[in-house]
Amino acid sequence: MANETQTMTQTMTVSIWRENGDDGRFEKYEVPARENQTVLDVVAYVQQHIDPTLSYRFACRVGMCGSCAMMVNGSPRWTCRTHVSKVVANDQLEVAPLRNLPVIKDLATDMDPFFEKWVAAEAVFHPSKTRHDPMAAITPDDPMRIAASEAIECINCAVCYAACDVVESNPDYFGPAALNRSWSLVNDIRDDGQDVRLAAVGSNGGCHNCHSQQGCVQYCPNELNPTLSIAGLKRETTKALFRRSR
Amino acid sequence: MLDLRLYMLQRLTALIMAPLVIGHIAVMIYAVQGGLTVDEILARTQGSVAWFLFYGSFVVAVSIHGAIGLRVISFEWFGLNGRALQLFSWAVFALLFGLGAKAVYAVTFAGVGL
Repeated sequence: MANETQTMTQTMTVSIWRENGDDGRFEKYEVPARENQTVLDVVAYVQQHIDPTLSYRFACRVGMCGSCAMMVNGSPRWTCRTHVSKVVANDQLEVAPLRNLPVIKDLATDMDPFFEKWVAAEAVFHPSKTRHDPMAAITPDDPMRIAASEAIECINCAVCYAACDVVESNPDYFGPAALNRSWSLVNDIRDDGQDVRLAAVGSNGGCHNCHSQQGCVQYCPNELNPTLSIAGLKRETTKALFRRSR
Repeated sequence: MLDLRLYMLQRLTALIMAPLVIGHIAVMIYAVQGGLTVDEILARTQGSVAWFLFYGSFVVAVSIHGAIGLRVISFEWFGLNGRALQLFSWAVFALLFGLGAKAVYAVTFAGVGL
């Protein structure tokens, strides 16, 4: 009990990016230094107890919805599942909006460019059957099913997009998430849009821009491997090229 | 930036260059270890269709490979795009090809009297 009281009275400083149609800057806030708290808890504390005008985005708080990703001490993180104790450096915590996306206000970024690129990469399902047809039989040990399963648990949080240096230097590049989704659809035998998909991922902003630097793999909170998916797309587009020229 | 066409061109030219670079380095090492003098080298390369094809294909591959590589770097690091990027890429190709072709001509056909 004495310990708990002591912990409650200890504070830490958090720097949070504030921006509202201006250049933006970091502002410092004193928050309780609890033993067990997430970065999202800290941001919520500031908004609820210190400055109600702080804007940020979250929904599920359990790592399912992909809404709360932010830059924490310079690295992209899902803030609801990131404990402060794991990322704090020299008692400093710095929270900023996701890299590589335009800021709407404070910690909330505009996700439109991110999702527009999903569409541009043909990371959308093209149905080949109607509801009146029998369901496709796909066994769990089918190699395509296994490849799709490895790529499928993406929560669209854009952490990989923020981690990617190619996205930073090449505004046309679709990014790891969109290409990873395209790859899971390349392995979906129910899909009827493979030609347009391979053309899309082989276009100007496509998979061939990836330098295999693996920032996406490093930071993906669900431990996916978008670089491997992109390598798969490079392989399939190359195969398709030789199929076409035959 | 890099579409499938440029990507494949760069990979295929790399495949061509790999054995040629090894051959080039092997001959260089042999020559500087006291194996061959300049005159002896020129005696073998001048008028030789085989050496012309060896270094000629190397120069073509290098010009394409290097131009695409520098194209990516100049776009990603220096923001060059559009027409300027096209011009830059072709200029790099032309420069590499020009210098390489001059060297290939010098060691294979110059002084032979075609």
